[in-house]
Order: sequence, then C-alpha cells, then structure tokens
Amino acid sequence: MLQIPCPWCGPRNEIEFLARGPVVARPDPDGADDAAWTAFLYRADNQRGWLREWWLHVHGCGQLFVIRRHSVTDEIGPADEMAPGA
Amino acid sequence: MGESVPFKKRFSAAALFGAGLRGQRNWPALWRSPEPRKTYQVLIIGGGGHGLATAYHLARDWGIRDVAVIEKGWIGGGNTGRNTTVVRSNYYYPASARFYQRSVEMYQGLSDALNFNIMFSQRGIVTLAFSPHELNLMARQVNAMQLNGIAAEILTRDDIARLLPHCDLSATARFPCVGGFLHASGGTARHDAVAWGYARAADTLGVDILQNVEVLGFEQMGGRVCAVQTNAGRIGAEKVAIAVAGNSTVVAGLAGIDLPVRSQTLQAFVSEPLKPVLDIVVMSGLHHTYVSQSDKGELVIGGDSDTMTSYAQRGSFATIERTTTGLLELFPAFSRVRLMRQWGGTVDLTPDRSPIIDRTSLDGLYISTGWGTGGFKAIPAGGAALAHFIAHDAADEYSSAFTFDRFRRGALLDEGAASGVAH
Repeated sequence: MLQIPCPWCGPRNEIEFLARGPVVARPDPDGADDAAWTAFLYRADNQRGWLREWWLHVHGCGQLFVIRRHSVTDEIGPADEMAPGA
Repeated sequence: MGESVPFKKRFSAAALFGAGLRGQRNWPALWRSPEPRKTYQVLIIGGGGHGLATAYHLARDWGIRDVAVIEKGWIGGGNTGRNTTVVRSNYYYPASARFYQRSVEMYQGLSDALNFNIMFSQRGIVTLAFSPHELNLMARQVNAMQLNGIAAEILTRDDIARLLPHCDLSATARFPCVGGFLHASGGTARHDAVAWGYARAADTLGVDILQNVEVLGFEQMGGRVCAVQTNAGRIGAEKVAIAVAGNSTVVAGLAGIDLPVRSQTLQAFVSEPLKPVLDIVVMSGLHHTYVSQSDKGELVIGGDSDTMTSYAQRGSFATIERTTTGLLELFPAFSRVRLMRQWGGTVDLTPDRSPIIDRTSLDGLYISTGWGTGGFKAIPAGGAALAHFIAHDAADEYSSAFTFDRFRRGALLDEGAASGVAH
C-alpha cells in the first residue's frame, strides 16, 4: 500500500485518499477553441515516468493537493514540489 | 469472406487419442517463428487477442496475407492471457449492445472457426443488487438489453438463492441482497486458447508472428507512415495498426499522436483449485468484486481497477483487500480458500469506457484502443472491426460509433455510468 504525504496530515495510508488523476491545466475560458476544451475534458498526461497528480484526502482533512508520483516505480516526489491547494 | 482455414494438421478428439498412444509427442508448433521480412503490406503492433484477431480477419476475410504481427513479449503473455475470461454483452447503449452481442455470437462459433477448443461456456452472469434503487437501475438496464434483443431478466432474492446456494443472502448480511439480474448468454472462455488459436489460424493463412520484437519508432514520408523501427531492425509497411492495450499512449506517442486514454492497473486473482462450487459468474458492483470458477476448479476473482495512473504491473494492496473483503461478504464459505496467484496488468481506459477503433492523424496508421478492463470479450468483434478499417479505410457497421470524433462532439457512449457493471 502506498503512503501518500498529505501536506497537512503527514504520510497516511493510500486508503484514506482518492486519486483524482493527473493535473490538467484549465484553458482560458474567453480564448479557448473546441480543440482546447476537448483536450481539457478528455486528455490527461499518461506517460511512463513522473506525473503531477491531484489527490484528495477524503477520509482525513478533506483537502485537495498535488504530488509528483512516478507511474512505473510509484516513487513520490520531494515535498518542496508539492502544492497545497493547487 | 468466411472461408475456412486450411490447417495442415487439424485438432480433434481422434487426433488427441491417437497422439496419446504415442505419448503425446510430435505435436507440431502452433505457429512458425520466421525472421522479419524487410516489408509487409500491413504491420500490426501488439500480439494480444485484438492484434492476432485483426491479422486473422485481414487474411481470411479480405485476402490480405502479407501481414506481420509484432509482439514485444510473447503470445499470450499480456492482458489476453491474464484476465478473468468473462464474455458478456450486458451493455446499455444500442451501439455497444450491437457490437458486444456480435462478439458473443462470434465466440459461439470460434472453436470451430479456429479448430481450437476455446472452452466457451455460456454459464450465465448474475449481477446482484443491494438496495431498491440499485434494483431499479437494473430494471432499466434489463429493459435496454431486451430492447436491443439480448436476453436478460430480473431475479428475485428467491431466484438468487436457487442459483447461488453458497451466497450469503441473509437479512443479517452486511449488505442484504434484494435481487439482481441474469444475463444468460454471458459466460467464460479459456483466454490462452483464444490467443493461441488466433495465432495458429493467422499463421496458417500466411501471417508472420514476430515475438520479442518491440517497436521503437515510426518512419513517415509525406505525412504517411512507411515503416516502424524495432529492436529487430526497420520493417517497412504500407499500413500500420496499433493494438497494444495499456501502452497505447506510449506507442501512439512515438508517432506524435495524443490519445484520450489513461493507463491504470487492473488486478486478477486465482485461488487454489476447489471441487465444483459455483457454476455461474457472479458480479456485485457494491462489493467491487466478481467471481467465477474455472474448469480447473480455481476461483477466478476480479475487482475494480486501481484508481491511479500506473504502468507498474503490480496491484495496490488496498484493491486486493477491498476485492477479497467483498468476495467474503458474498461467500463466507470461501474464507479459508487460499489465493494462488495475483496479477496486475495495465489497461487503457477512455473517459467514457468505450473503445476507439479509428484511423489516426498520420495517414496509414490505425488504432484500436480503450478496451479498458473488458477487452477479452471484445476480441472477435474488435479484430474483425479493425481488419475492416484497415482493408477499407472505413469502420464496419458494428463499430462506427467508436471513433475519436465522439469526444470533440460530446457524443459519448458512457457505458461506465450507464451499465453499472464492472468495467
């Protein structure tokens, strides 16, 4: 089982969290065309390697935060690259 | 189309008996292991069920026999040989129902067509409900299936007690069962046999099956694919198709193509063999578990996919715990059964849990992807559909809804939400 480092609660078991998928940048609502909205809704980073992901500490503090995790090794990136509330 | 395959040595009960008198020696290899040629008319990347079935249908239905299938591992070593073997067509939308029903019907004739016993057993699938609301949604599902011409019926708790004598249906169960539905034409097939049978038939029709050949890149000329680079050298091809499941985005990425696909781990578990105890496939969405018993007596258990993007091919223990907990709530008698094997494969999930069979933005490059957690059941119809697309540059009548375009148009086939079954 993974240990997910919640920025507020510290390292906790994976079962306390919901994986919310890779971070996807929101397009500019005034300038985005159909292709940009399609990509925002349906495309996500999916590489073998490091991903930036949203995790929700649903059975803990309830906060959404960002971590870096490697999709092959499951290593979790350094704490200073985590973004509380991002 | 539809001519039979000219096998040199046909398999039969008599052939098995005769070979038994000689110690079962001297069986021929099921397929050749040729050296890659310099060029092929069609090159298929991925020697799983979908890739092999595509090669078989190209050769058999459309007379395209200058075909190679390249596989970075070995035939039957990926998801095709490691899944929970369920074949079913209990889908909601007409487009999905038509496609998956065709696949079930093709499975019915597959042992004969491939001259290979795939042990297809339409033992039926029971999906359980644990609240009136869940049962209402099942009634909607059953109605949709009946309108699509697929047999389905609502079951009462008493019906289920007759079908599943070992299932805990008591009022004191953690989740008391209120009913369910039966999909009588669903069942299981032997997954290895499907891979090997298609490989042998394709090979007999002249297809080269190249194992341990991994694609490293694509070459294009004038906006059209003309070759792939592999660890066995450059192989030229007029048309190339990608059928690689979990690594779809990685392989398509080598050609600069972006897919709306996420790769996640799906686990399967097999218990030690037991005497016959379960003659039907049982699913529970609430318990995140489903189970059947193989002909060898093993319980074959599946659950939800792990929730995060992963290529690790090892499952999360949290999912193992949740799946087995659900199984034991349904069948307390299995509590002392030991798991013998566990496996985590990488599956390719689309946002609407429906597949994509389409051309790509690179001319001559086709793709079949997004089979997610249920690709095994789709192998016959998926292979026929991709072969049709490659041969005619257009979708066949069963797969025309499964295009990239549906995401841009918002015309999703959202089976993940609609079917309410494990995907």
